Amino acid sequence: MELRTLLVALVLCLSAPAQAEDRFITVSSTTSTEQSGLFKHLLPIFEKKTGIQVRVVAVGTGQALDIGRRGDADVVFVHAKPLEEKFLAEGHGVKRLDVMYNDFVLIGPKADPAKVAGTKDIVAALQKIKAAQAPFVSRGDKSGTHFAELTLWKDAGIDIAKDKGPWYRDTGQGMGPALNTAAGMNAYILSDRGTWLSFKNRADLVIVVEGDKRLFNQYGVMLVNPAQHPNVKKEMGQAFIDWLVSPEGQKAIADYKIGGEQLFFPNAK
Amino acid sequence: MHEISYSVAEGLRLVATLDLRLWEIVGLSLAVSLSAVAAAALLGLPLGAALAVGRFPGRRALVVVLNALMGLPPVVVGLVVYLLLSRAGPLGALGLLFTPGAMVVAQTVLILPIIAALCRQAVEDAWREYEEQLRSLGVEGLDAALTLVWDIRFSLMTAVLAGLGRACAEVGAVMIVGGNIDGVTRVMTTTIALETSKGDLPLALGLGLVLIAIVLGLNAAADVVKVAAQRRVG
Amino acid sequence: MILPLRLERASFSAAGREIIPALSLEIAAGPTTVILGANGAGKSVMMRLMHGLLAPSGGRVEWSGGDARRTRRQQAMVFQRPVLLRRSARANVVFALKAAGVTGIECQYRADEALQEVGLTHVAHRPARVLSGGEQQRLALARAWALHPEVLFLDEPTASLDPSATREIETVIKAFDAAGTKIVMATHNLGQARRLGDEVVYLHQGRVLERAPVEQFFSRPATAEAAAFIKGELPWN
Repeated sequence: MELRTLLVALVLCLSAPAQAEDRFITVSSTTSTEQSGLFKHLLPIFEKKTGIQVRVVAVGTGQALDIGRRGDADVVFVHAKPLEEKFLAEGHGVKRLDVMYNDFVLIGPKADPAKVAGTKDIVAALQKIKAAQAPFVSRGDKSGTHFAELTLWKDAGIDIAKDKGPWYRDTGQGMGPALNTAAGMNAYILSDRGTWLSFKNRADLVIVVEGDKRLFNQYGVMLVNPAQHPNVKKEMGQAFIDWLVSPEGQKAIADYKIGGEQLFFPNAK
Repeated sequence: MHEISYSVAEGLRLVATLDLRLWEIVGLSLAVSLSAVAAAALLGLPLGAALAVGRFPGRRALVVVLNALMGLPPVVVGLVVYLLLSRAGPLGALGLLFTPGAMVVAQTVLILPIIAALCRQAVEDAWREYEEQLRSLGVEGLDAALTLVWDIRFSLMTAVLAGLGRACAEVGAVMIVGGNIDGVTRVMTTTIALETSKGDLPLALGLGLVLIAIVLGLNAAADVVKVAAQRRVG
Repeated sequence: MILPLRLERASFSAAGREIIPALSLEIAAGPTTVILGANGAGKSVMMRLMHGLLAPSGGRVEWSGGDARRTRRQQAMVFQRPVLLRRSARANVVFALKAAGVTGIECQYRADEALQEVGLTHVAHRPARVLSGGEQQRLALARAWALHPEVLFLDEPTASLDPSATREIETVIKAFDAAGTKIVMATHNLGQARRLGDEVVYLHQGRVLERAPVEQFFSRPATAEAAAFIKGELPWN
């Protein structure tokens, strides 16, 4: 009996710092967003203004929404509109607000076997890649990026689930590891611009296609529904959401740059 | 190959410049893993010893299961503990998810079988030597088991160090239940995974070398303590 | 008083082999009883049946008076190889006393007295495991002494010791006897049996072939096996 008490005490001690200063919220977001460095830039500004610590759990989009569904986060901040609307329809979220967008870029080897470099038409580029059977790495992890990739294949008139061959490598990984794999294989890959700009292991890869409107990646934020999950910190969560869409928050988003280049474009209404 | 020498340089630079964030991460890693080892030892040593000394139906089966549990995949443990600690789960009210507390719980579950199984084997071997004398003195059951545990404590240190090594090395469990939150639940192994996924391999490897050096240091310290204590009690 | 001890058709089998077929014997207070027999005769098994370390496969082993706890506490056993804990000599004696429920000042006093009785006071605080073989066995005897048992079982206590250590042990055993403890000792050392024993129980293939006062056993053994054993002619089997 003593042992059990000791163990519980130990566990409580380690969670005590978390509970003592209760002024924090948990936000589930995506790995690509966190790895872009946006949160490191954004969150200290919010924390300084409100004293609320924002703890970001960065996982794949599917898992981020699942965390919200379970009530383990207070706010969900992802970039997969259809999935977010399903989340709302299921009653797990209160309201969805547009926050910002970034774009995807098609990355490929300098040698460019499928000859897609320079075109602004992503759909045409994908068709060329399939025709050339050039190696292509997919994230395959139900993430926002993966979802966007599948949508583009559909737009190109290709049923990728049926028509894929050994040239299509479904890795089931996050953006960074998938880029590592692509670099290792000299393959094409769809990536968000942010992760690409911070990615250090490029080998022979460069941006081959960019600027197509279909490559734009919209971010949305939702408060997890306190009616379904009473433990949600609704005031503090709402404060964060309000700040993100406020002129001040939107400016902070626009101010974030990598190598002088803006990554995210605020578009809250 | 030059990446490796660059990584060693990175590792040394991190240590030499007393990078504050690094030391915060190292501190948290040690706090979590050492706590888990302490808890697992507190529970696992008596459990293993009792299993070694006890005689009851199904004992052999239990021994086999305990041995098998040494190979629990960390990511599976993480997932199960996550489901238990999630707000949607039975222990959600504790509010432990995404805190260091959850990481300690997950690592304790992971290494408890290692410490218990290795202790069971060591005590069982010792029991053969001690059994008759202890029973002659009227010392049986849990009393006998705990007496043995204390008497063979130096041998058991290896079991505890095995548990510590496993805890410091794993990433699957702490990643899922901790969430790798910057400044809150980010430890050495999850940082290494993160930097690798960002493509910063030299930094990741440098951190890895720092982690290995720390674990090596802990083992060396344990050895010094053991030798000194052994000299005192023969 | 937990003596006399009665074995009534007690038998013991292990791994399909019957080591002790059906033994009936009474051990009474008073004379030092020496169990003699060749290796493999069943002496060790018989000692363990009496002390309660083994349960009989058939028949009964019964002490007189007292519940199980009392009969346990009034006995002690010393084995051929002493089993000592990794702590000081004194701490080993204290451990045994605490296990018997003796605490506080009385525990400390009895521990010191026992060590003095066997002549180990000067090494009381040394780790028990670094003592010599003879000192370790004396410590085992001190541990038993501290418990003030009614019966002391000894299973070949000097088989692993050199002659001078053997003499030291025999001195302590005699002191136990003089203090009134009933000694039951298994040995195959004939000289020791004559020096310490009052009566001999001769065991052959798990059966008691003879039981007689010690001088009578050695000068006029009643059975051929016993005679051969005394002469050192009994083959291994």
